[in-house]
Amino acid sequence: MLLIPCPWCGPRDEREFRYGGQAHIAYPADPSALDDRAWAEYLFLRDNPAGAFAERWFHASGCRAWCDVRRDTVDYTVAGSCPTGAHGADADADAGQGPCASPYCVRRATPADAEGGAR
Amino acid sequence: MTGRRTGTGPEPDTRIVFDGHEVPAVAGEPVAAALLAAGVRTVCRGIRTGRPRGVVGIGTGEPGAQVRTEGPDPRPMAPAPRVEACEGLRVSGLAGYARLPDQAPARGGDSRWAHCDVLVVGAGPAGLAAADAARAEGARVVIADEAPAPGGDARGNGRDGWITATWQALAGAADVRALARTTVTGHHDHGELIALQRRGGSDLLWRIRARRTVLATGSTERPFAFQDDDLPGVMLAGAAAAYVRRHGVLPGGRPVVAGCHDEALWAAAALHDAGARIAAVADARPEAGAAAREALRRRGIGVRAGTSAVRAEPGAEGGVAAVLLAPVAPDGSVQGEAERVPCDLLAVSGGFDPATPLAVQAGGRVRWSDRHAAFLPGDLPPTTVCVGAAAGTRDPGTAVEEGIQAGEAAARAALGRTGPGGRPSEGGGLEGHLPDALRARGGSAQGHGARAGEGAAGGPPAAPLQAVGGQARERPSAGAAGAVGVPGDVRAGDTAPPMALFCVTGPDTDHERVFVDLQRDATLSDIRAAVAAGMDSIELIKRHTTIGTGPDQGRTCGALVTGITARLLGRTMDEVGGATPRPPYAPIPFTALAGRARGDLIDPLRRTPMHAWHEAHGAAYEDVGQWRRARYYAREDEDMHAAVLRECAAARTGVAALDASTLGKVVVAGRDAGEFLDRLYTGTFSTLKPGRCRYGLLCTADGMVLDDGVIARLPDGSYLVSTTTGNAETVLDHMEEWSQTEWPDLCVHIFNATDAWAVVSLVGPRSREVMRRLAPDMDVSREGFRFMDLKEGRVAGVRARVLRVSFTGELTFEVNVPSWYGLAVWEAAMEAGAEYGITPYGTETMHVLRAEKGFIVVGHETDGSITPLDLGMDWALSRTKDFVGKRSLSRPDTARADRPQLVGLLPEDPGFVLAEGAQLTEAAPGRGGPRARSQGWVTSSYDSAALGRSFALGLLRSGRERHGEVLQAVHLGTAVPVRVADPVFYDREGSRKDG
Repeated sequence: MLLIPCPWCGPRDEREFRYGGQAHIAYPADPSALDDRAWAEYLFLRDNPAGAFAERWFHASGCRAWCDVRRDTVDYTVAGSCPTGAHGADADADAGQGPCASPYCVRRATPADAEGGAR
Repeated sequence: MTGRRTGTGPEPDTRIVFDGHEVPAVAGEPVAAALLAAGVRTVCRGIRTGRPRGVVGIGTGEPGAQVRTEGPDPRPMAPAPRVEACEGLRVSGLAGYARLPDQAPARGGDSRWAHCDVLVVGAGPAGLAAADAARAEGARVVIADEAPAPGGDARGNGRDGWITATWQALAGAADVRALARTTVTGHHDHGELIALQRRGGSDLLWRIRARRTVLATGSTERPFAFQDDDLPGVMLAGAAAAYVRRHGVLPGGRPVVAGCHDEALWAAAALHDAGARIAAVADARPEAGAAAREALRRRGIGVRAGTSAVRAEPGAEGGVAAVLLAPVAPDGSVQGEAERVPCDLLAVSGGFDPATPLAVQAGGRVRWSDRHAAFLPGDLPPTTVCVGAAAGTRDPGTAVEEGIQAGEAAARAALGRTGPGGRPSEGGGLEGHLPDALRARGGSAQGHGARAGEGAAGGPPAAPLQAVGGQARERPSAGAAGAVGVPGDVRAGDTAPPMALFCVTGPDTDHERVFVDLQRDATLSDIRAAVAAGMDSIELIKRHTTIGTGPDQGRTCGALVTGITARLLGRTMDEVGGATPRPPYAPIPFTALAGRARGDLIDPLRRTPMHAWHEAHGAAYEDVGQWRRARYYAREDEDMHAAVLRECAAARTGVAALDASTLGKVVVAGRDAGEFLDRLYTGTFSTLKPGRCRYGLLCTADGMVLDDGVIARLPDGSYLVSTTTGNAETVLDHMEEWSQTEWPDLCVHIFNATDAWAVVSLVGPRSREVMRRLAPDMDVSREGFRFMDLKEGRVAGVRARVLRVSFTGELTFEVNVPSWYGLAVWEAAMEAGAEYGITPYGTETMHVLRAEKGFIVVGHETDGSITPLDLGMDWALSRTKDFVGKRSLSRPDTARADRPQLVGLLPEDPGFVLAEGAQLTEAAPGRGGPRARSQGWVTSSYDSAALGRSFALGLLRSGRERHGEVLQAVHLGTAVPVRVADPVFYDREGSRKDG
């Protein structure tokens, strides 16, 4: 079982969570404006990277808050987590922003942390 | 009698029963030791061959002696070296298969969590040193070891004082948990390890979350394969010596020892010193280590170099009686004439395999080391490290040094310190920083893993037997003795490296009798057949031969299979590799996995406040999700069919009552509650006036029906959303997801009020009269309390919400009262309705009544692939606004004309009740004819009092256009003709809902 850092509760066992798939897939503003292909892409098509992946987790047996977790799908290392919507899909794109309220904010994770070094 | 007690160990103080015979035993010693001491050679039988098998090793990975135990610690199957002798223990041999007890075992299991900074797996010298060092650094430590006593392979070897003292100090220390008889069975993600603690009477399953893990798992001695190597009396040499040292049990009086490394020679010396007359010592290497050779020479024992066992010969009682020794080449092929040497014990050893399964599960990789003649672990993630024999270090002194180093480093890393000394910083766990455990798997993928101890990093060679001077805090005097009986004063130059010997064969060898995996009776012949059949990966060979799939998981034979396969395929050891060592490392009894989740505790059982009444009135039950609901109330001599017909008739003609408390009730409040429901549900609810109700469908984004129910607007403006029984949690999750992730700007508060309210549903044309009596202050007239109204008032003196909704088509008052009053109000309703013949009814009648009206039930008429359009419920869909899933209803797949559509079904035989799930076909399927393809299926099927016949609902391809067609309903080979009809069978005009 994974250890998932809930932004509100801290690291908790995966048993307490429900998985929500890829993060940052917004519900289209006007679904009726989408053709069948675009709508099907929203519904069914998700990235399946071997590597860094932003995904959603629901702390169902805890604070019942959704959060976004950045996890490597190859080795399961977790880079951090943020409340849903705190940051966009691309951690680097809006690098001007500071860390969000989460103590595990992906922007707060430094390379030193990632190597298991300085705390 | 071959084995005996040497007199150096404790004398027997108890008796066990083995296959009906009493065997003296020392309480606490392994059953295997007692059997060997008593001269019992055949313990069990081969699974396929039925060949006799005896004790081979001394650990959990025992490939030979599997037993079933009864008495104080009953186990369907256990390795004899791991069963502790005790008063009243009855043991019997197995032939490959466990036999469960005739009755469900009374023993339960339990499970427990542990969190620690450093987990040390294994309490040999390296593990004890690591745990002690980590403790001294201030870390919270868990140390676990398989055996009843600590020490690992070093036990009984001159260090027992230090071992016992260190273990006791650990066990007594604050923040240290020392677990004996505990096998760590799996290394899972993010530092979670599962461990099984064997306790008399009940096992404990530990779920350990560790910041750092030190794997001091030791090694497993492996044999080499030759003809008839499975005979009782063929043992591992190190194990034979260990029985002498630890238990004072000499497994044979006249042993032949055959090996390919120095430690096997030292084992021969130990057997000699215990009183055995060594018949011969063979070493497959061209030259054995000088020190060991000299030690044997001093004992008058010669070493036959370049020689090995090529075949064992059985005696009259089936055990080994002689061995053929022959000169062998380094590849194990016989090079000359064999000599027959009589013996009663053939002690063989092919080397020591570091116990690496946990290291591999942690993300590490093993690589073959020629110098160690073994697979060594490496490429571990930063949170895991291997030390001691698990990393290929054979010398205990060096292992202790590795342990101290690894324990200190692990503790400092876990506590967030980089240097030695000092107390851990406050709150080592550190808000704002991710625990390292999140990286506890998979350093290998990026190749930045820590090296395994010093072992894999090209550290000490196989036999660096020089003493390592210990000067720090208490640690064993290195040099006192080696791990497997090697004196500590042997210099490195006097040793010789081990040789990789996997299989010895000659021209006359019968490959079908060269046993590789004793548990599976798999032989060299099987491996050759697999390779000949084209299996060229170790995983395929494992599946083809079943090698490694026995209760020992092939722990002693894994390297043999790789070695033999590599030779057959002409590949290197690393190219072939080993089979993936998946958890669990050792078998876990289901009783331990189940823990307390047995019987009543397997799942919470939810009962309504009125349950006691149902119980007292003879209800039969139906479990719906976690709810236990009354299904019907049979009177004397009634079966379910009769009871349901009677209950249905009462609801349609008089008055009946249903306990509907299990209905899900979700409250949606807040400024934007109406807008929120508009976006989620198919209908419009923002315009709903307080005190009114509206039916709604809930779809997932792909347009499939998730739930349905009536939504009432409460006088305070909030909404009471009813859900299908058992679906309240799903609906709540769904609402929270959309509210949090898509529309955080909407002010909505959602909570589950299901348990807060008990619901008495009064149904039938005379229900109004009962309501008048129950609620004299409430206007319940047709004009004053309209269909789909909600009123608050007093019912039976209790504050209540009453909804005039109908799930039956009949006049219905759904009385919601706080749960506390549920039973009282139910009883009051029964009393008030007595003179009208009020009839309690259960879920079966509820289903009949709703199906007569063509009302769907989520989970019956839907299965996650059915849209509102399929159900003919376009009337419930708003045309003027969007809702989740709306766009999906015009997708090509959901809009096609041949979707499954809701229909009614009338069997041509009105007395025949169709099976739910029966398939609908155009023609009865028969032999030889065209294949009858399924056109749909039956979703609900009942007998109806109102219709005077059976009927059903179903989903049928293009069903709405097919009313009147006759189809076949096929179930379990029987086809029954049915006529397709409109799904509303009763009161199509809806005239009865107002009474």
